[in-house]
Amino acid sequence: MKKDGFFSQLKRGILDENPVFVQLLGMCPTLALTTLVSNAIGMGLAATAVLVCSNLLISLLRHIIPKQVRIAAYIVIISGFVTAVELIMKAYLFDLYQSLGIFLSLIVVNCIILARAEAYASKNKPLPSIVDGIATGLGFTFALIVMAAIREVIGSGTILGYDITFGVYEPAMMIAQPAGAFITLGIIIAAVQKIKNSVEDKKRLKRLSHVEPKERGDKE
Amino acid sequence: MSFTDILLMMFGAILIENFIFSKFYGCCPFLGVSDKPANALGMGMAVTFVISLSCAVTWAVYTFLLEPFGLDYLRTIAFILVIAALVQFIEMFLRKFVPALYNSLGIYLPLITTNCAVLSSTLLIIENNYNFIESVCFGFAAGLGFTLAIVVFAGVRARLETAHPPRAFRGFPITLVAAGLLAMAFSAFSGVSFG
Repeated sequence: MKKDGFFSQLKRGILDENPVFVQLLGMCPTLALTTLVSNAIGMGLAATAVLVCSNLLISLLRHIIPKQVRIAAYIVIISGFVTAVELIMKAYLFDLYQSLGIFLSLIVVNCIILARAEAYASKNKPLPSIVDGIATGLGFTFALIVMAAIREVIGSGTILGYDITFGVYEPAMMIAQPAGAFITLGIIIAAVQKIKNSVEDKKRLKRLSHVEPKERGDKE
Repeated sequence: MSFTDILLMMFGAILIENFIFSKFYGCCPFLGVSDKPANALGMGMAVTFVISLSCAVTWAVYTFLLEPFGLDYLRTIAFILVIAALVQFIEMFLRKFVPALYNSLGIYLPLITTNCAVLSSTLLIIENNYNFIESVCFGFAAGLGFTLAIVVFAGVRARLETAHPPRAFRGFPITLVAAGLLAMAFSAFSGVSFG
């Protein structure tokens, strides 16, 4: 793996193809566990650990698993790692284990992990698959942290448990509630689309203003 | 638990602790399949059926197999396998006997395996120590809550299609905001108490 390849893959996973904000996968934990930044970090890292391990194993087994039963095989592999992460967290990080609750087990059915297994790890060598797991996992963690930071600051007036209102504003409870989760995510994705739109518009404008076809390759 | 308690529990699972709007279990199919009311109803019924059945089966697997042998820690793996097998079975059954429904649900049926509403309800009945009857009722109610949410939301989305939101909000974002407003309506049920 080349070094610049690693960083460009990392950037793609976190920004260009962010699993939550751009690919719109993994909605359940994104909506449910983002009331507090600490939960978001815990969930993101747990999912990243599972994603890296499952990507590695699925990539190693990619020639062995028969095509017809691949999804079932992936799910078994993923749920094995989820159970491992669950037991480790129960032993060493009991508070986090309790606050994540059932969503820790639900990593099994997180579409991001299955999507990466199907779309990437089953077709690529182990090392790139690990990098892809790290990149996608960090992208997921990043999305969770952004969501949680917004919701914790506005909804509870704290960040990582520290009070930051200084008496200036009253926390808006609504944002910390389920309804707020949907609306916050909607506004964030709208912002992402806004950026995408303006980039596309600029590209189109540039293409139209250059008459020579050689200068602009047909990128679209 | 008496009959009244079971009814109250079901009421709670459908409205107060609605799987979508207060617990966020099963948001992916909720946001993905809710574009047409007919599809939404089919999906909701399929999910209700799968949840009820898998709650019954996983309860039996847990009580008679995992717990007596101290294999409690294997429950996530065991449950997801049971669910995957059940979904496969239902898919084959529908293809053979109800092809119309099979054609309309098509690609969505395999997605039920990875629907967190199913896995989470099987895990919740273990966590809450429900007996067999309670488990099946809880699963059924959870499925009904899911169906209610997805059908109501499909109606809202049918209206959204003719609306003209700002360009950045088109598509997914406006859907999420609408879901948020609906969640707000559902959160009113949290004030209901049984005196």
